[in-house]
Amino acid sequence: MTLYWEEEMETLPRVGLESIQLKRLQHLVARVYKTVAPYREKMDAAGVKPEDIQSLTDLAKLPFTVKEDLRDNYPFGLFSVPMDQVVRVHASSGTTGKPTVVGYTKKDIETWSGLMARALTCAGATSSDMVHNAYGYGLFTGGLGAHYGIERLGATVIPVSGGNTKRQITIMKDFKSTVLLATPSYALNLAEAMESLGVDPKSLSLRVGVFGAEPWSENMRDEVERKLNIKAVDIYGLSEVMGPGVSMQCLEGNKGMHIFEDHFLPEIIDPDTGEVLPPGEKGELVFTTLTKEAFPIIRYRTKDISRLMYDTCACGRTLVRMEKVTGRTDDMLIIRGVNVFPSQIEHVLMGIEGVEPHYQIVVSREGNMDTMAVEVEVSEDIFSDEIKTLENLTKRIQADIKDMLGVTCKVKLVEHKTIQRSEGKAQRVIDNRKL
Amino acid sequence: MRVEQIAVFLENKSGRLAEITAKLAEENINIRALSVADTADFGILRLIVDNVEKAKATLKANGFTVGITNVIAVEVADKTGGLAGVLKTIEKEKLNVEYMYAFVNKSGENAVLIFRFDDMDKAIESLQRTGYTILSGEEICAL
Ligand SMILES: [Zn+2]
Repeated sequence: MTLYWEEEMETLPRVGLESIQLKRLQHLVARVYKTVAPYREKMDAAGVKPEDIQSLTDLAKLPFTVKEDLRDNYPFGLFSVPMDQVVRVHASSGTTGKPTVVGYTKKDIETWSGLMARALTCAGATSSDMVHNAYGYGLFTGGLGAHYGIERLGATVIPVSGGNTKRQITIMKDFKSTVLLATPSYALNLAEAMESLGVDPKSLSLRVGVFGAEPWSENMRDEVERKLNIKAVDIYGLSEVMGPGVSMQCLEGNKGMHIFEDHFLPEIIDPDTGEVLPPGEKGELVFTTLTKEAFPIIRYRTKDISRLMYDTCACGRTLVRMEKVTGRTDDMLIIRGVNVFPSQIEHVLMGIEGVEPHYQIVVSREGNMDTMAVEVEVSEDIFSDEIKTLENLTKRIQADIKDMLGVTCKVKLVEHKTIQRSEGKAQRVIDNRKL
Repeated sequence: MRVEQIAVFLENKSGRLAEITAKLAEENINIRALSVADTADFGILRLIVDNVEKAKATLKANGFTVGITNVIAVEVADKTGGLAGVLKTIEKEKLNVEYMYAFVNKSGENAVLIFRFDDMDKAIESLQRTGYTILSGEEICAL
């Protein structure tokens, strides 16, 4: 039997849902036009007025919002309420330049908590659960966003945040944590630490893991499920739209995450032309918030690649599902006609014991052929004094990449710390093709 | 009777080997034996030094990836047939050699063969039984 948090909204017939969406959208556009100058200027330049939104498809008339718009209006220029109504801000670290800042009114926090509770319910969590929240607390939306949702659900929250893995495992054991919230890579860290500490995951009370905040592959899901002896489900969100709880995988359905469409309107566009794509096609995910007060956003280009699935789900929810994000538009590479995302390479590497995620992808063109080389730093864990062992490692990485992406690449081991680390994020791709 | 060997990962870039020997010399670490095994893309430098811990710390501090492995040092007379005799024993005892290298001691009378076997215990037992002298780390440094 499916558990719902707000059964009526989650199972609304599409027609009913769409009429609510339209009403909310019209209200939102009118309010944003009135209160946020940069939106008004963009709409005026595009020659579109709030009254032009007569149906949901009219959304396409509105200009897109991109990350640069947030930076240009740093810190509070896109807020739609006076600051005395803002009760919280969050910020995401920019890889280049200024961070982007978002804000929430009291009601926004309530909405968010409710949606997060809804998301946790999708994962089968109830008020009797002991929820181990290992998302980072702070400016990042993950920790606090999840925290409020867990409390709203009525479950017990362990605000453990990230780090100190050994202590986390002790807490998990002693407090009998039943639900784990973390990034998938941290979940793997936990699993590996348990292994080295001799803690059998079967001796824990963990039942389900809610993982998000970074793209992760199905391979990684299998690995986490096997290593932690849990069911691993996907949560999606981004601070520009709200934070975690924009969409959530259900336990009953096989794939995809239900978008909480009564609050967020999704579109899939062609990342090159900006054109809206028909249902089911793969492209860039775009979100418009329907109920946010402090920081509403119109047609925000997430750069995440996904697909919308409107077929009915076994859980009974009528909310559309988005496919697991497989990559981002800004780092997609096309190698011999195959789309390759650095994140996919990263997941392959992270699946190999001892390999650290310090790597670089070098793309070149030899004659008419694209070639891809993956350079991997040699850590002490994988280093061996025997050539054979290192050669076997490069062969294994090569085979795993071929399995996952269908692309043959060269794997080159490089010395420790030779791959540039800038502001904590390495430059992942060097494209030497002269196109 | 095992000797600790330092192994260092090297990309095939010019100057790296010279850099390593210079860093070790600066710290007064004496290199007794050295060999480089390489492929088209990378190499592994193997070193026998008089102060393994200090050498490891020095190289790590300079950003190198370093590992310590145990090897066996066999002393043989430096004359024709010296190596052949050991190899014969190895073959007879069905020992698997992962790699080997050699150096000649200062007096020039004896050669020291450095071996890494897949089964080190069995190798030590076999070589000692057939009368070979296996050197300790201190003995190598004293040569
Ligand atoms: Zn479902």
